[in-house]
Amino acid sequence: MSQPLLKVDSLSKLFPVNRGLFRKPVDFVHAVDGVSFEIGPGESLGLVGESGCGKSTTGRMLTRLMEATSGQILLADNGSLVDVAHINREGMRTFRRRVQMIFQDPYESMNPRRTIYDTVAEPLTVQKLGTVVEREVKVAALLKLVGLTPPETFMFRYPHELSGGQRQRVAIARALVIDPSFVVADEPTSMLDVSIRISIMDLMLNLGSELGVSYLYITHDLAVARYMCDRIAVMNLGKIVEIADSEELLANPLHPYTKALLSAVPVPDPAIKRAPVEIKGGIGKAINPPSTCRFLERCPMATDICHQLDHPPLEDKGNGHYVACHLVDVGAA
Amino acid sequence: MTQNGRPLLEVDGLVMRYQTKKGEVSAIENVSFTLHQGESLGLVGESGCGKTSIAMSLMGLAAENARYHAGEIRLDGENLLALDENAMRKRRWKSISMVFQGAMNSWNPVYRVGDQIREAIDLHFNPRLSEAASKDRMVRLFEMVGLNPSMLSRYPHEFSGGMRQRAVIAMALSCDPKLIIADEPTTALDVIVQDQILKELKKIQDQLGMSLIYISHDIAVIAEVTDTIGVMYAGKLVEYGTTLEVFHRPRHPYSYLLLSSTPSITGPRRKLAPLEGEPPNLLDPPTGCRFHPRCPFATEQCVVQEPPLEDLGGGHKVACWNWEKVPVTIGASA
Repeated sequence: MSQPLLKVDSLSKLFPVNRGLFRKPVDFVHAVDGVSFEIGPGESLGLVGESGCGKSTTGRMLTRLMEATSGQILLADNGSLVDVAHINREGMRTFRRRVQMIFQDPYESMNPRRTIYDTVAEPLTVQKLGTVVEREVKVAALLKLVGLTPPETFMFRYPHELSGGQRQRVAIARALVIDPSFVVADEPTSMLDVSIRISIMDLMLNLGSELGVSYLYITHDLAVARYMCDRIAVMNLGKIVEIADSEELLANPLHPYTKALLSAVPVPDPAIKRAPVEIKGGIGKAINPPSTCRFLERCPMATDICHQLDHPPLEDKGNGHYVACHLVDVGAA
Repeated sequence: MTQNGRPLLEVDGLVMRYQTKKGEVSAIENVSFTLHQGESLGLVGESGCGKTSIAMSLMGLAAENARYHAGEIRLDGENLLALDENAMRKRRWKSISMVFQGAMNSWNPVYRVGDQIREAIDLHFNPRLSEAASKDRMVRLFEMVGLNPSMLSRYPHEFSGGMRQRAVIAMALSCDPKLIIADEPTTALDVIVQDQILKELKKIQDQLGMSLIYISHDIAVIAEVTDTIGVMYAGKLVEYGTTLEVFHRPRHPYSYLLLSSTPSITGPRRKLAPLEGEPPNLLDPPTGCRFHPRCPFATEQCVVQEPPLEDLGGGHKVACWNWEKVPVTIGASA
């Protein structure tokens, strides 16, 4: 990949547990633990894993809705990479012009007392962009772009008057109204009806390529990630275990966790029998985890090496296929 | 699946509407299907299509404002809709039981899980089981759903999501029902846990020879657990047939589009065909065929005349005037 738009380096988030009033916390949940990846301009990266694996926390750190404990978030700015993990208030405003978020729940992510116009125009108002007339033109254009036509009939309605799918379109319009270069989408279609999902996904795909937006697409659904994303990163207990091009990952998964996840996805064809899933379900919490591989406890293939060595680093096995496993030989991919 | 003899369950011309301030919501509109002993039926459709209303009607748990305008629900020949609450309570859990969506809300947080299951057993066994017999029964149930029997003396919050759902299944099995209704039992769960629960459910169903109605919006899950499938749209059953037949040769445009708009991790990566528009408002459902405003094959006739559920042969039924226009291969036209 040439110059990335976003480069995440050893990003971590620790949450203290059992914190007493006057005591220093001693135990930490390692929600995100040394995660590194890159996203190119216009690229969409899927972040996939079970609930509690740290994928939403990663997304929240990238949008700066949550402070990172350590690590760097580098965002391309006029040809150079600038660390945005520790910027001040003023820097934050410029940052928000570049990075936006689409949330999971279209019922909770909008102020019920504000009209659709207010909601979509909010980023412009905050950023003090354009005159009132210009804002109205821009909002109308965006509503049209997301398929809420004619825009005049939607602008002055309230969220409760819209369906879930329409609200998610509003959320997309709100995220894109200030022309961001990077959007974090956290399960944007999981609350929607099946028949609506594809049109929302198509909308995001089309707008992404039209406007040159990069996505971090967070989902638990591998089939959705395949449809939406150029590359997929698989997360388990705060660690990325595998990253590869979507088709490569599905056709040739290397990490035992990825293999298990893939074999657990139901197939919409009654004639196909899936391979049995080899690992136990139910993800734990990484509270002060040992230094060995995070997947060790659930891994069906673990050997002595895995018990002795530290968590394996994410290594390139060729073709941009990265995997973090002691048991995958170089060249075996 | 073809079987002889009287079916276990017959839903016959059921019409149910909710009375609301804004008017009548037509939730179930002339729905009929049958279910034999040991058969598993999948009901698939979007939220608001009436699948949960059907489940609640079968359980006799429909909301206060539900009114039955026509039809019968016969279990072993007995019309459940004619029963009073007392008689229905005796059949609930014993004859028909249900695994609800959202396992957390199915449990009372302040009682031990074992005590809650024992309550169901105590209520429904006549003569009542002895302490030891019901304990023994619960241990077997927990083993059957893959839980450690020591968990019986734990409280719901000590269970993980998947364990809670397993316990709900144990509860549903506690009184040897003939029919289990599972309403989106795995929707809130991760895929790996979902896979285990589905396997468990299938295995138990085979072992005990129960009938199963599996309700989901996820057609991939339906494909894996059911023999027969009913596709619902806006309160109507629009297609019905063996799962294999409906998945491989969907004849209703809605089923076809639903299948072509489902992303999969297998097969070639293809452009999916989106379903345009949104589900209708059932306070004022569309005239004629309820799917016509979103249907790419709709004609004049669809707007004015309601298509009947017709048998195309082999028990594959479809309610569409233009089923012949629906492409035979999924994704071909996409």
